[in-house]
Amino acid sequence: MTIRREDVERIAELARLEIPEGRIERVAAELSAVLDFVGALSRLELGTEAPPRFAPAGAPLRADEPNGRRLSNHDALAMAPEAEEGFFIVPPIVENLEP
Amino acid sequence: MSAELWRRSASALAAAVRDGAATAEAAVESGWEGPAAVWESTVHAVVHADRGARAAGALAAGETGGRGALQGVPVIVKDNLCTLDYPTTCGSKILAGYHPPYDATVIRRLRAAGAVVTAKGNMDEFAMGSSTEFSAFGPTRNPYDPSRVPGGSSGGPAAAVAYGLAPLGLGSDTGGSVRQPAAFCGVYGLKPTYGRLSRYGLVAFGSSLDQVGIFARHAGDVALAYGVLAGNDRFDATTRPDPAPDVSGWDDGVAGLRFGWPENLWGAGVEAEVVDGLEAAAGWLERAGARRVPLQFLPGEYSVATYYLVATAEASSNLARFDGVRYGFRAATTPDLRALYTRTRSEGFGPEVQRRILLGTYALSAGYYDAYYLTAQRARARIRDEYRNAFRSCDCLLMPASPTLPFRLGEKTDDPLAMYLSDIFTIGANLAGIPGLSVPVGLSRDRLPRAVQLVGPEDGEPVLLRAARAIETRGARAPQEPEFAWPTKG
Repeated sequence: MTIRREDVERIAELARLEIPEGRIERVAAELSAVLDFVGALSRLELGTEAPPRFAPAGAPLRADEPNGRRLSNHDALAMAPEAEEGFFIVPPIVENLEP
Repeated sequence: MSAELWRRSASALAAAVRDGAATAEAAVESGWEGPAAVWESTVHAVVHADRGARAAGALAAGETGGRGALQGVPVIVKDNLCTLDYPTTCGSKILAGYHPPYDATVIRRLRAAGAVVTAKGNMDEFAMGSSTEFSAFGPTRNPYDPSRVPGGSSGGPAAAVAYGLAPLGLGSDTGGSVRQPAAFCGVYGLKPTYGRLSRYGLVAFGSSLDQVGIFARHAGDVALAYGVLAGNDRFDATTRPDPAPDVSGWDDGVAGLRFGWPENLWGAGVEAEVVDGLEAAAGWLERAGARRVPLQFLPGEYSVATYYLVATAEASSNLARFDGVRYGFRAATTPDLRALYTRTRSEGFGPEVQRRILLGTYALSAGYYDAYYLTAQRARARIRDEYRNAFRSCDCLLMPASPTLPFRLGEKTDDPLAMYLSDIFTIGANLAGIPGLSVPVGLSRDRLPRAVQLVGPEDGEPVLLRAARAIETRGARAPQEPEFAWPTKG
């Protein structure tokens, strides 16, 4: 399996990562090498059935209610890179439509 | 006396503190005053330390009643376990300065048993690596030979337990990240059965594979810590509701035990000294009354291939939360939210983490999901069945922990695949959700640690510990003190 330059650009965008222009070919080669290795799985004759789930046996469901542990607004914001008046601050997310 | 407390096992140290023969503070500081003063500047196992936090921890331990199973015992924990009194940074720039608002469940259990967190240990960034070279804090070095790696990703705790900072350490094991560094540093390293130790407060990498693991210098101390830590946790729905197995019989011997011997696995790529270690361990087990069961096993390449799809897919999802909004690092001056995400992640994550996020994103992306992710899930089921079949004819498997002895810094950092293959014997247990235990078997001709791995069925920890103890007492040097050039010996 060969990963092309445009594949790297597409998945980098999906992953919200920026690959510097000078590294794209190298990243493509590294990912291709790993996927070539992964291709060995085709020798296992795995069939086409839906794979099993890997949740542990007997994993319990709980009531859809708060579990009693709460994070205060103050504590939740304590580690924020930027916060103000009880809110996280981020750059503008809508264009300013005012004239 | 205080200067020598660090040499004691966790069990002996806790007994001394309970009996009033030593204070918790002396027990904790002994490792800092003795071995760390000599070795830490070379080894660099620790990334966050704070004398005030240790003193407060020792004081708080005294208030738990003073009779805990780990009373006064210092523990070094990997930097991806949330701690109230130390930063938790996962060896990453993207979590620089992060202080969690809560303790991980395993940390709470340690403290409730009287233990003291003595430091946060170095690691490959987000536990992605096998050498502890991919840390934003710089690499950890192997105490037996500082030109070599300590293994990874939990290289900091492994190296610190080896040189004597603490008799116990906690790591996390997603594909071998406790067992391989334990092997490289000459200590015990247990990856428990999936669902036995809570993952609440362990920063997630591959959630279906991650387990908190235990480092110790004695087999009995692994059992002691497992007894404290294992059990259901209402904050982790993947922990099992039934009681964890009783490991108190760790010293009961191996008479009649059958250990599988999958000799077809140690062909090409496995160093001769690793095979010598296996033969030695097998001989000791047989002389202790165990029986060798030769069998054929699926080559480990299939596990590595499966793992690098499953683990990266889960990681690409888990690491989506690091976006520069709620905590950690944020890139400076970004014009809009999308640029904030992209620049924060590109500047905050190191190269190996980015590589794995990209691979996982690819495996999950439209058009490739069936070919990669679903195939990997089917392969995972096949691998789990392979172990189940093997355990019909034996009680545990004896195999290498790593195909090589500790390698040199820089040897594999430019070749991702070579680094991934370092975990060829450990990854299978994570895919199958079963326990594995790395056991020291003395030193190589070049005086580097050698090890074997015992792998058991679900809840097979009691068997693994009995076998490890048999190896410990029958022939292997019990690594009670480091054999590297310890300066007080002249």
